[in-house]
Formats: sequence, structure tokens, C-alpha cells
Amino acid sequence: MKWLSPLVAAGLTVATGVILFSALGKNPLLAFYSFFVAPINSLNGLSELAIKASPLVLIALGLAVGFRANVWNIGAEGQLTMGAIVAGGIAIHYGGGALLLPAMILAGALGGMAWAAIPAVLRTRFNANEILVSLMLTYVAQLVLSYLVHDPWRDPQGFNFPQSPLFPDAALYPILLEGTRLNAGALIPLLAVAAAWVFMRKSFLGYEMRVAGEAEDAARYAGFSATRAIWVGMLAGGAAAGLAGVGEIAGPLGQLLPTVSPGYGFAAIIVAFVGRLHPIGILCAGLLLALLYLGGDAAQIAINLPAAVSGLFQGVLLFYLLGADVLVNYRVRVVREDRYPRGGAAA
Amino acid sequence: MIDSIVPILIVTLGAGTPLIFAALGELVTEKSGVLNLGVEGMMLVGAIVAFITASNTGSLWLGVGAGFAAGTAIALIFAVLTLTLQANQVAAGLALAIFGAGFSAFVGKGYLGMALQSQPRGDPSLLSSVPLIGSVLAELHPLVYLSWLLFAAVSWFLYKSRPGLVLRAAGESPTSAHSIGYPVIRIRYLATLFGGAMAGVAGAYLSLVNAPLWMEGMTAGRGWIALALVVFASWRPARVMLGAYLFGGVTITQFFAQGSGIGFASQAMSTLPYLATIVVLVLISRNLTLIRLNAPVSLGKPFHPDR
Repeated sequence: MKWLSPLVAAGLTVATGVILFSALGKNPLLAFYSFFVAPINSLNGLSELAIKASPLVLIALGLAVGFRANVWNIGAEGQLTMGAIVAGGIAIHYGGGALLLPAMILAGALGGMAWAAIPAVLRTRFNANEILVSLMLTYVAQLVLSYLVHDPWRDPQGFNFPQSPLFPDAALYPILLEGTRLNAGALIPLLAVAAAWVFMRKSFLGYEMRVAGEAEDAARYAGFSATRAIWVGMLAGGAAAGLAGVGEIAGPLGQLLPTVSPGYGFAAIIVAFVGRLHPIGILCAGLLLALLYLGGDAAQIAINLPAAVSGLFQGVLLFYLLGADVLVNYRVRVVREDRYPRGGAAA
Repeated sequence: MIDSIVPILIVTLGAGTPLIFAALGELVTEKSGVLNLGVEGMMLVGAIVAFITASNTGSLWLGVGAGFAAGTAIALIFAVLTLTLQANQVAAGLALAIFGAGFSAFVGKGYLGMALQSQPRGDPSLLSSVPLIGSVLAELHPLVYLSWLLFAAVSWFLYKSRPGLVLRAAGESPTSAHSIGYPVIRIRYLATLFGGAMAGVAGAYLSLVNAPLWMEGMTAGRGWIALALVVFASWRPARVMLGAYLFGGVTITQFFAQGSGIGFASQAMSTLPYLATIVVLVLISRNLTLIRLNAPVSLGKPFHPDR
């Protein structure tokens, strides 16, 4: 039953899409085809799907570790940006060598973790809400990146465009499939799926965090540390987001731009929920959300719809999921409040 | 001296106004026990719907009304999910924030970068005759006055009226309120819709008055700052006003810093509101007693009449 509502939600989202397309005067079959099928019916399309799904799956896995313990890291977009900044700085300033990419990967993960450590420390030391702090830091990270590519790291040969120089080849993930953009960075989320599964299912710390999320009082009674749950949850999300940032600049982008992510950090929140905070579920949900991104781009070209439609579908998908959860898990019975005395007197 | 203070005062009051609408609305919602994290999304939807309406009808007030209605409508989705279907309020609020960003970008595509015709103003001569502060009063937008009215109304409603008392009861102890016969779910519905409506007006203020144009994500985190303001204000309307104007002042420092030629990168100045929000959250939240005494006890906890 646990998996019924994500499937229902995905189905309803597609149905909503078809209805929306018809309402906008597009041929619904053509629209469905060009949104959900055409983008992935070629080898190139499938590799683009993997490129889009990689950051989504990776970040969602990291976030799920925290979400399971009710640690709400909403600032993955900023942690991704910070990971990209730190790794990009290394790529720009240290020319080459076999160690360049590994150094970037390490630095990116640490950069994301450092950015996530700020809400963690403010939450554990001062009780400040991690949702708001991590989100505020997202805006700060984006402004830092904007400053860097506009000023100190701007490409001198870049015709004044706000962008860094192109990275050397040693700073890029090797291409896995000739003729596509699919690169070795796509392997990291697969490793992360396995790692997350082991952590959540087989480790004691993972168990502690699950208890902390599902039964706070039981966790406290058992002596599980709430502080540790917050730290582990935040750092896992930060590391994953930082790695995803490296994946973008060392993969499809190949340089630092004013924006390094089309909202992957926020979409990954949806991926984590739709995937039921379970590694395999997150992998499937990541592919679905990646398809929404690709479909949005394709729909812009094929049927002249704004690409922003994918953002719309992301929200709709999560709405349906939350609604479907209730209808799947509970039997609905209508209870009228005003059968009680004095009802309605106040409002 | 007065000459340089007046424009600063006017801009500060203007910059604080959307925060007042959004934060007072959210305050009422939270007082009823509902945590709606989707303020940013509701503001964006309010902003674009208001902008589309105003640019097609040429009427500012129809635009504000449309923003009000749009905010209410989108808050209704949240209310159905969390109050009727008992979904997790944090998750539903995040969904609302993401949906609002996507929806507004989608419907606003054709209006991107478009600017509104400047709006005719009422006759300011009456206000400018007020001694000392007359020159400030005359320059303020009517929505600024409305935000003061809203403050008075919300303060009176929450602390001096019986329905306000009931609303607070629904947020403190829904079981008790329910057991003496008050419709907790209906109260929470109304409070949530009110929060949405005010966020919609806040959005309308941004796209119609503050900068009369539409840009994707033009709220730039103000919805989240409004959420932080409610905590900062420890759920008190008067402190919301104080906080909103403090933040309004912080938001505009960048323009004055640039104007006076201080050699900071513009991005550094732009980070100030976000950093200020974090600092303020830390200062308030570290005082656990203050939070425990003032936060609605049942904030964010679902309530079901059968339980």
C-alpha cells in the first residue's frame, strides 16, 4: 500500500497535464507524446534523462536521511551552489593533473557540508528553525556565486559575460557514452543509493534516526541523541547537494555560471517525498522528475508551452501525493462538526 | 537633515508594507494552530494574478482584489490537504511554495519584464498639510495605510474580540475548544484562508506598487522572511510591525549605500536581509522560555474532531 499513492499521484499528474494541454488548445495526444515520450525515445534522450536525474536522486537521498528524523533541510539548492563554488574555485586556480577532479569532488562535498553545518549549529546551539536558516543561506550562496562570476572569477576572454573560464579537461567527468553527454558523474547517485540503503536499513545510527522521526518520545526515552540526528541529517543533505553541484559544473556545464542549477535542490524535496524516503523509491521518483524537466524543455520547442510548466507539475505532483496518501491509508468518513452543541457560534 | 530623512522614511515604510501583510496574515493562521510554510508561493501567485489583472484592466484596485482572491484560492488547496485530509503541514507548505513558484512562472510567461502604466494618485494636499510629518504622509501609498488598518484590526480581533479568543483557543488547545463546541476545523480553515488572502495582497503590493512589473521569483524570499518575522515577533502583532520596518530598512540600505558611493559589491549588500533574518532568528529562538510562552501550543499539529 505504501507505494500506491506515489503511483496514483504520478498518474494524476500526467492526467492533469493532458487536461491542461487540451485546455490550452493543444492536441492532447501530441502534447502527451512530446512531453513524456519524445524526450526519451533515443539513446541521447535517455542519457539526458540520466544527467537530469543524477542530481535529483543524489540530493533526495541525502535529504531523506534528515527527513526521516524530521530534520528539514530545505536549503539544498544553496548547498549545491556552495559545492559548485568551492569545486569551481579549485578547477579555475589549479590547472590540471589526475588529482584535480578527485580534489574537486572532495571539496564540493565539504563545501556543501559546511553550508549545511551553519543551520545545524544554529539549530542545535540556539534552537533556530533549520527550515528558515537553510533557505536564507540559499539566497546568500546564490549571491556569492553571482559576485564571483561577475567579478573576480569572470572569464577575461568571455566578452564580459558573467561566467568563469571553461574548465580544463582534467576537471571534467569522463564521458561514458560516446556521442552523448552522459558522464561518469552519473555513477555517484547509483553508489549513493546503495550507501543510503545500507545506512537506513542496516546501521544502528540509521535506525536511531528513524525512531527519532517516527516516535520522538521513544527516541528520547531510549537515549538517542537528538543533536546527533540533526547533525547527521543536515550533513548528509549538504554533502549530497555539494556533490550534485560538482556534478553540474564538472559535467554538463563545464564552467561556473550565475546559476548552476535549475532548482534541483527544491525539486529533490519532492523526489524524496514521492520516493517515500526510500532509496529505490527515490531512484524511481528522480527519473520521473527528470522526465518532467526534459518534458518541459521539449514542450517549449514542440508545442510552444513555457518550460515553467515543469515547475507547475512538480508542485501538482506533491499535492496529489499528499492527498492520495490520506485516501489510500484511511477510510474516508464524513463527520460534520456542527452536530455538536454550539457549533458555528464562533466563526 | 529632515530633507534626507523623509525619502528614507518613505522607502522604508514602503519596503516594510508587503512584509506586514504577509506576516500578519501568517500570524493569524499560526495563532489558530496551522503552520503554513507556503507564504512565498502564495505571494508569488498573488503577485502575478494581480499584475495580469491590473495590466489588462488598468485598475490598481482590481489588481489588489485579484491578488487577494488568488491568495485565498491557493491557500484553500493547502487547507483542504492539511485540515480535511490531515496531510503533514510542513510537507504541504513546501509543496505550496514550490507550486506557487511554478504556477506564477507558467502563467506569467507572457508578462515577463512588462511594466505597468503609472497609477494616478489621490489628492495628497490634505495629508501634506499635517504638521511635521505631512510631507511623508502625502507620499505614502494607500496600501501602506491599509497595512496600518490591518494591524489595528488584527490586534483588536485577536486580543479584544470573542471570535479572536476562540481562534487562539483553537491554536492552543483544539481538544478543549472542540469539547466546548467550537468548530476547530472551520476556524482553522478561515484563519488559513485569511493568511492566504493577506499573502496575496502582499504579492500584489510587490508587483503593482513596489516595482510595477513582473519577474519570476520577484518576491526574493520575502515570504520566508515573513515567516521568520512571526517568530521574531513572538506571535505579537505590534512586534510584527516593528520587525517589518526594521527589515524594510535593511532591504533598502543597499540603494542608499550605492547612492553614497560605498565601495561594496552590490551582492554583498543584497545578502543583508537574509543574514539579518538568520541573526534575528537566532537571537529570538535561543530564548526557549520566550518561544514556549508565546508560540501557539498546537502549532503545526493536526487535529481531528473524532480523536
